[in-house]
Amino acid sequence: MNNAEEKLVIEPERYEFRAAPIHQFELARRDFFKILGAGIAVFAVAKDALSAQETAPGHRSFHNEELPKEISAWLHIGEDGTVTGFTGKAEIGQNIRTALAQTIADELRVPFESVRMVTADTALTPFDAGTFGSRTTPTITPQLRRVAAAARDILVQAAAKEWSIAPEGLIAADAKVTDPASGRSLKYAELVRGKMLAQDLPAEDPITPAAQWRIAGKPIPKVDGRSFVTGHHQFTTDIQLPGMLYGKVLRPPSFGATLASCDDTAAKAISGVVVVRDGDFVGVAAPSAHEAQSALDAVRAQWKEVSQISSKEIFSYLKQNAVAKTEDRFRKQKGSVEEGLANAVHRLDATYTVAYIAHAPLEPRAAVAQWADGKLTVWTGTQRPFANRDELADVFHLPESSVRVIVPDTGSAYGGKHTSDAAIEAARLARAAGRPVKVVWTREEEFTWAYFRPAGVIEIKSAISGDGALTAWEFHNYHSGSSGIETPYVVANQRTEYHAVPLVLRSGSYRGLAATANHFARETHMDALARAAKMDPLEFRMKNLSNSRMRAVLEAAAKSFGWPRKKTQEGQGFGVACGDEKGSYVATFAEVAVDKVTGAVRVVRLVEAFECGAIVNPDGLRNQVVGAMIQGLGGALFEAIEFENGRIKNPHFASYRVPRFRDVPEIEAILLDRKDIPSAGAGETPIMAVAPAIGSAIFDATGVRLHDLPLVPNGLRSK
Amino acid sequence: MPIEIEVNGKKYPVNYPPDTPLLYVLRDELHLTGTKYGCGEGQCGACTVLLGGAPRRSCQIPVSAAAGKPVTTIEGLEKDGRLHPVQQAFLEAGAFQCAYCTSGMIMSSVGLLQSKPNPTGADVVQFLQGNVCRCGTHPRIMEAVRHAAKMMQGPGR
Repeated sequence: MNNAEEKLVIEPERYEFRAAPIHQFELARRDFFKILGAGIAVFAVAKDALSAQETAPGHRSFHNEELPKEISAWLHIGEDGTVTGFTGKAEIGQNIRTALAQTIADELRVPFESVRMVTADTALTPFDAGTFGSRTTPTITPQLRRVAAAARDILVQAAAKEWSIAPEGLIAADAKVTDPASGRSLKYAELVRGKMLAQDLPAEDPITPAAQWRIAGKPIPKVDGRSFVTGHHQFTTDIQLPGMLYGKVLRPPSFGATLASCDDTAAKAISGVVVVRDGDFVGVAAPSAHEAQSALDAVRAQWKEVSQISSKEIFSYLKQNAVAKTEDRFRKQKGSVEEGLANAVHRLDATYTVAYIAHAPLEPRAAVAQWADGKLTVWTGTQRPFANRDELADVFHLPESSVRVIVPDTGSAYGGKHTSDAAIEAARLARAAGRPVKVVWTREEEFTWAYFRPAGVIEIKSAISGDGALTAWEFHNYHSGSSGIETPYVVANQRTEYHAVPLVLRSGSYRGLAATANHFARETHMDALARAAKMDPLEFRMKNLSNSRMRAVLEAAAKSFGWPRKKTQEGQGFGVACGDEKGSYVATFAEVAVDKVTGAVRVVRLVEAFECGAIVNPDGLRNQVVGAMIQGLGGALFEAIEFENGRIKNPHFASYRVPRFRDVPEIEAILLDRKDIPSAGAGETPIMAVAPAIGSAIFDATGVRLHDLPLVPNGLRSK
Repeated sequence: MPIEIEVNGKKYPVNYPPDTPLLYVLRDELHLTGTKYGCGEGQCGACTVLLGGAPRRSCQIPVSAAAGKPVTTIEGLEKDGRLHPVQQAFLEAGAFQCAYCTSGMIMSSVGLLQSKPNPTGADVVQFLQGNVCRCGTHPRIMEAVRHAAKMMQGPGR
């Protein structure tokens, strides 16, 4: 990572990424001081490798794109000593507001409390492709560090000038510059007074190595925690503007249905109601949510429906409808699989499937839109504010400079909030109404009209030698995606291929992408191979692994778990899985208890070791790791979207089961801090090994090998 | 004659129709947005308030049924700038990530500790089963409730 060749690779399963043009940031530097007042500002220009910020993917394709040469991070130090860091990333519960402020405070040598972050506002922050792919920590953290280091240098220079001495030997610490020779010092706030200095990042400024961090690396609590426990924080759904109306959109009865006829006379007759018909879009806005609902109920619409694939036939459909030719970059080969298979002692082939699942963020998709003087401002909970801005500009035929998207800290996303649906709906209604409009999707809309983690079919052919060494590995993923598709194990003969299939349901990114599916299949298969070789599953993995970071997480988790363990009661089982993705490493161990009479499966304990280089905030990291384990448990055991003929059959929390308190096992997260390795992101990888560890533990308990996610939606007996 | 409801010790006339769920009156009419919409179906607990002292899903209560019973929302817990022990415990435990479920979790926990000042772990699980946290912060929420129980039983209270 962070090398000169760094490019943003857009994984094929990010189906929701359609078009995202390349942009320049528009805020003139003079405007910047208008907003923040005098002081100094330092900008990182992403010309060099270290600060290389990802850009949007190429136009309507998934090809790698050269990074843009543009400003990508900046900070400002004001006359009152307040430091403001700016990033286009969004806070969606992953705690970047705290972690990035820590980073700036650490490098600038100021108290943590004096730093605030401005995030995800297209009018104020640098361009950013979006908050996805575990990118914030590896890309934005080093950029802000370099910007802060440069600012510190400028302050030292300013003090030297003030004292008419050489800057060498001056010390920047505790928000002041000190001259150790004379003992005199000047506060940063004093040094910036009356100045309006904007500077691009100088060439090379060394940044503080992790071993010397003083504020970064510490478990600092979430910066604005108090505003959340008091209910004062305003999520998008909480925003109320003067004169604001509540919007609702008429949804078709099934996917792909088109409007045949529509009678909105009764709806229009309701006082205060605005009705918009624009092609197949029918929406209403009213002074209250219940009036909006009444108006929507009064619309009489006829739809023309189309027949569609259902969940019970999805896997055969995916297998049969793969596109004939795979792009080269999705096909990798080494050695001869055929030879490896022929010369093996044990051969094992299997097919695995993963279901569509929903993100179900607790804050549904929502937006508030306001038009003024032909310009549009939208508040919305999105992971891609700049892409949302561009889509709005496209849809409403506006220049990008006439659209501002602001992302309030958002009620979670998990990869599900990349599109701008609610923003477009609110903006369309607001334009017609001539007043601000808020659209908040209902839970049913959220479960139906958002996008899903794609379903998939995975086929594996494999073989091992008599002593348990992998000799052949062939892996095909149909539709679910290519993330994490490559095996970390040493195999001389291997072939991996991702097969694209045209979309059935609207699909897209989900925490960890297809790495969860691919790890489920691979690690389950590895467990089965270990059994075939009559080897301990951990020992079998170790035998076939060379990567020391992977071995380290396995060893750490095994030690805490107490592997290998002897069974002490009936129905008890233990399982292990591991993986690496996006620069971080994970190993998960599971203990399950299966009730042999009822078939009920309970996860008793999960132990996971995770390593993502130097840890920026162990408290926030622990929350992310434990959270991913629990979220992963849902997809492992019971989460699945059921659909029939274009309708979602379980679009409610009552019918789509998510993990609740009773499902949560005893959990242990072991965080390995590698100060010698650059920090990687941590939002995704910790979810990947949960399902296969649980599946293998079920096998250990029962002898039943489960090949499908979710593993036990109705307990084991239904299998 | 409009319905009148009492929220956090203050009386408000309600202009929304009597069958409007209390949640929308609180959020849209009274601008008390700390109580969250999560599903509108009584399945996620994000909208939990205390009604006559008992935790209830405000999306399932017609506002007419709230008349005559005091309503406490998340905004009503803080007294003179001092957090309620449950709020304090959530803050200290870092028992949130996106924090959209937090108001409901806190209100449910306040309700639990009022009826059961010294709950077992199983009591907490049972009581919070109807509250969804999608970020998977359950272990810290459990820890926060236990911590709050201790604080509320401690000296000076």
